[in-house]
Amino acid sequence: MQIAVASGKGGTGKTTIATSLALSLASLAKVRYFDCDVEAPNGHLFLKPEFSESTPAVIRIPQIQTEKCTACGRCVEVCEFHALAQVGKNILVFPQLCHGCGSCTWNCPENVIVEVPNPIGTLERGMALENIEFFRGLLTISEPMPTPIIRQLKKRVHPQPNTINIYDAPPGASCSVVETLRGVDFALLVTEPTPFGLHDLKQMLGILSDMNIPSGVVINRDGIGDDSLEETLREFNIPVLLRVPFDRALAENLASGRTLVDVYPEYRNALRDLYQQITEIVGGKTK
Amino acid sequence: MSTQNSRAKQLIILSGKGGTGKTSISAAFAHLNADQEEPRPMVFVDADVDAANLSLVLQPGNLDPKEFWGGSLAEIDPEKCINCGACSAVCRYDAIFPDPKNDQVQWIDPIACDGCAACVYACPEGAISMVRQQEGNWFQSNTPYGTLFHAELFPGRENSGKLVTLIKQQARLYAEDIQSQCVVIDGPPGIGCPVISACAGTDLGLIVTEPSLMGLHDLKRVLGTLRHFHVPSVICINKADIYPEGTRAIREYAAAEGIELIGEIPYDEKVPRAMIEGKPVTVLFPDSFAAKAIQEVWHKTTSLLQLQED
Amino acid sequence: MKLIISAQNPSLEAQVDRRFGRCMWLVLFDTETNQWEAFQNPGASQSGGAGVAAAQFIVDQKAKVVVSGDFGPNASRAFQAAKIEMRRFTDSTTTVQEAVDHFIQDKLLK
Ligand code: SF4
Ligand code: SF4
Repeated sequence: MQIAVASGKGGTGKTTIATSLALSLASLAKVRYFDCDVEAPNGHLFLKPEFSESTPAVIRIPQIQTEKCTACGRCVEVCEFHALAQVGKNILVFPQLCHGCGSCTWNCPENVIVEVPNPIGTLERGMALENIEFFRGLLTISEPMPTPIIRQLKKRVHPQPNTINIYDAPPGASCSVVETLRGVDFALLVTEPTPFGLHDLKQMLGILSDMNIPSGVVINRDGIGDDSLEETLREFNIPVLLRVPFDRALAENLASGRTLVDVYPEYRNALRDLYQQITEIVGGKTK
Repeated sequence: MSTQNSRAKQLIILSGKGGTGKTSISAAFAHLNADQEEPRPMVFVDADVDAANLSLVLQPGNLDPKEFWGGSLAEIDPEKCINCGACSAVCRYDAIFPDPKNDQVQWIDPIACDGCAACVYACPEGAISMVRQQEGNWFQSNTPYGTLFHAELFPGRENSGKLVTLIKQQARLYAEDIQSQCVVIDGPPGIGCPVISACAGTDLGLIVTEPSLMGLHDLKRVLGTLRHFHVPSVICINKADIYPEGTRAIREYAAAEGIELIGEIPYDEKVPRAMIEGKPVTVLFPDSFAAKAIQEVWHKTTSLLQLQED
Repeated sequence: MKLIISAQNPSLEAQVDRRFGRCMWLVLFDTETNQWEAFQNPGASQSGGAGVAAAQFIVDQKAKVVVSGDFGPNASRAFQAAKIEMRRFTDSTTTVQEAVDHFIQDKLLK
């Protein structure tokens, strides 16, 4: 089973729910946690992994073997991202613009482009609390592209039967969220009952219907807002799977790095129930 | 004043972690500026284009959408496809599959396509072409508190950085037209492409953080980003009393890094209440603790930007 | 000598544009003939790499000097490689003609 935990709006408690869900399920099955918020990952602050493996996340960028280059300019012409420029006889490569697509390599008539790894971040792996296998991607500061890191992070292991993969998604509703959602069985949407939460949730629902991924909602900080969230959920026919009321003491505890199920152990059962509901919604159709 | 340096100052408000209250604070800034006897002409930008919320508080009247065209995606002409598989062999994004409607031809999943065009060149039949995509809309809107430039990236799209650049550029040109001294940019979360676009060319970064392990962790990354782009920065702590120990840790970090801490805003349930009413907190609850603290932060920020008082 | 100035509109009276990669127009001015010509910046419509696209265009025009408000790191690298001088104006209310004059009077920042 592969579950993405997403939200649209940032700071709604995505990581709070994702980490506690992982902890609650760890006694039932093998759980893997993927922190796909590679720009601002926070899962490790709660699940406290010990990283045993760290590999660079790379993009393969072109390197031109200048002795053999005839300066025909074909590579510059085919690069959709303007990662190459031609100045006289030299081809310049701009690594931060390169998507690593390989188009230049394949199109070079002289076959003089080789590809070299260009690190844009790191991929880490380790064991966390309660034997959760923890995967984290980290975008290097000043690098623009999180998506390739997410793609590589998810490819670190193949989904297996009887394993629950939990993907903590980045905020927003752009390409990095889509990359996180690709191939999952279910999206758990954590939101708050405010106009901001609702607006951004609707963006998420748009993506999920395009991608044909079933979803359910956790309403966090229940009680701080108004009813418009619930009305929308009824309208879109999205089930509310859990409510977590607003509570200052909880906010303080979470701020210090404690998890929801540590502060209120009763949420363990609630989250197992939630998982049960997810399995019913997904049916036998896991990917 | 001479026309030298007549260019508007640009303030970027960032947080790294989402949901620290950046937008509520930006909205309050807009009102505080408008609410003076002689308001400075100021321009606002919501650069969080895939979760754009500032307009929910500044409430512009009529929206006049302008199209945003981003990159292109590849499309296969099923009439020309001979199902040779050359395209899927070169695609590094796992975007090409047998067409679910007709397994005799290949099909490109627009959600997975990166738009690199490798397949276009690989196809021996010339069956693939790149099709430019409308990826969102942008708006220049009048609000009760000044002009707002904002946008809606269509869900799931790429190129949020380009859209940010576009609305920032429009805002800057407009600021020159109305001789505004300042452009206030409500930035996106994270540190990637749209954040980099939002930071480009700005004069001051205001980082809105919250006192938690998460807030501090993400604060460090966003500060690193601002420093990389040589943007001088200051910090303010929102919901500062939720976890006093966390606030202490941020104070210490700021001191150690030599970054000025320009304010601490207490947690105040008036802030979400104002958001639900769709108004800046300083409008609805001017005497609330949060409103007063935000006012303080705004005064410090304007003096750091050296805006002329007149 | 050919210089290229980033501008908001295609004329000598137009205001210069401070951002290089995504400016709308590039005005080419030849100091020997006093002729000028305006081109749409091919970078303006690119989804990525606007600075490089604009720089490639300028390199291909064989300009010797480029004048704008500021240059991104990628464009700067391309100009350095092509030995094209980068000059900056500080006042964005300048017109293209004034920028040309300032260049001739050596008043632009390097
Ligand atoms: S790999 Fe793709 S993006 Fe990178 S330089 Fe080559 S064509 Fe451009
Ligand atoms: S344009 Fe690139 S990413 Fe898109 S289908 Fe073709 S090869 Fe794949």
